Amino acid sequence: MSASGPFQDKPALRVESLTLSRGERILVRALSFDAGAGEYVEVRGGNGSGKTTLLRALAGFVKPRAGKIAVEGAEEPTLALHYVGHLNGLKGAATAYAHAQHWAGLFGASAARRDGALARVGLTAQAELPVRVLSQGQARRLALARLVLAPRPIWLLDEPAAALDARGREMLSALIEAHRADGGLVVAAVHDALGPEPSQTLTVTA
Amino acid sequence: MNAFVATFRRDVALMWAGGGALAPLGFFLGATMLVPLAMGPDRALLESAGPPLVWIAAALAVLATLERLFQADLEDGSLDQMMLSPAPLEALVLAKGAAMWCVIGLPLALAGAPAAIALQAPPSLVPAIVLSLALGTAAFIGVGLIGAAVTAGVKRGGVLIALIVLPFFAPPIIFGSAVAGGDEVGAALSILAGCALAALALGPIAAAAALRLQAE
Repeated sequence: MSASGPFQDKPALRVESLTLSRGERILVRALSFDAGAGEYVEVRGGNGSGKTTLLRALAGFVKPRAGKIAVEGAEEPTLALHYVGHLNGLKGAATAYAHAQHWAGLFGASAARRDGALARVGLTAQAELPVRVLSQGQARRLALARLVLAPRPIWLLDEPAAALDARGREMLSALIEAHRADGGLVVAAVHDALGPEPSQTLTVTA
Repeated sequence: MNAFVATFRRDVALMWAGGGALAPLGFFLGATMLVPLAMGPDRALLESAGPPLVWIAAALAVLATLERLFQADLEDGSLDQMMLSPAPLEALVLAKGAAMWCVIGLPLALAGAPAAIALQAPPSLVPAIVLSLALGTAAFIGVGLIGAAVTAGVKRGGVLIALIVLPFFAPPIIFGSAVAGGDEVGAALSILAGCALAALALGPIAAAAALRLQAE
């Protein structure tokens, strides 16, 4: 896909002979790959194979045992990426709108984007509901709203379609396509294809 | 700065919504109001031994709220998002501590006035006791941030937090009790202010370092 958009030529992820471990167990051994603007990288592997650990390492949360992860074209790597993991990062007592407001402050997003993000993930009607009454799928949509809310070039998604219904998957697929068209980079750990054609597939086997 | 304000506002809102703000206050008032009943009608005994007890009650009330401070953020994934903010994690930790002081520390300090009177403190000393509690709870929370961060990943880590932070609660308790007892009030208040500043300067730095390790 030819990328032309706000993130054009911006993000590039360069991973060199990356080795990751959980305790003493080696999960990822000598993994190398490059991914640039407009790419969609699918990470595949069985349960417990290290997909989550790989994504958390790319996010900078987990220190690599060996090797190097470089985010090129970004002064501060952690500010160039979004991470949507298994945990949605939501508080049951706060409303969907309160979350959007909090993230707008936390990530430095404009008020217009904050208000548009909930509509984009189809939660307009649920904006004033506390998260504890939302369904799993709706909570997932709210977590995905972060991606829209604060534009960042690299998206790291861990099983992003978990608990989403058919329309939710379509919405996610459209988000990813739009992000690629903008020149963004998406790395997603999945069991079933999300829809968009991956530009490369990584397989982790521990 | 926006991220600091956003974190502060959210924590204040969540603590109010969850009723977490009232539990320590209830504990503090309950404990201090029971003391005169337990010690009996001997006014001289209460006058000499009572006022410092507000400090024991305040320390335990703050201690009881620390366990969930970062544990909840670690369990629901909010901590990951905090680490992706442009604001340093240290600033966000300080924001959480500041929110906790406004919702728990400040009400405790104000409740110190009726508590001190119930414990037969001289009325002229009550403003100094309130001020000392305001400073002391800030010191408790600053140190408490570290204990809460270190034990964020530990299930039922309350006992562990107590072991880690109680030794550091000693200086504020010693000088706070001096204020409540009426000895060298000015000097004790200055030292309390120093304790609070030191705890609030070092607490967020140490707590943020501990949280980064927890995120692995």
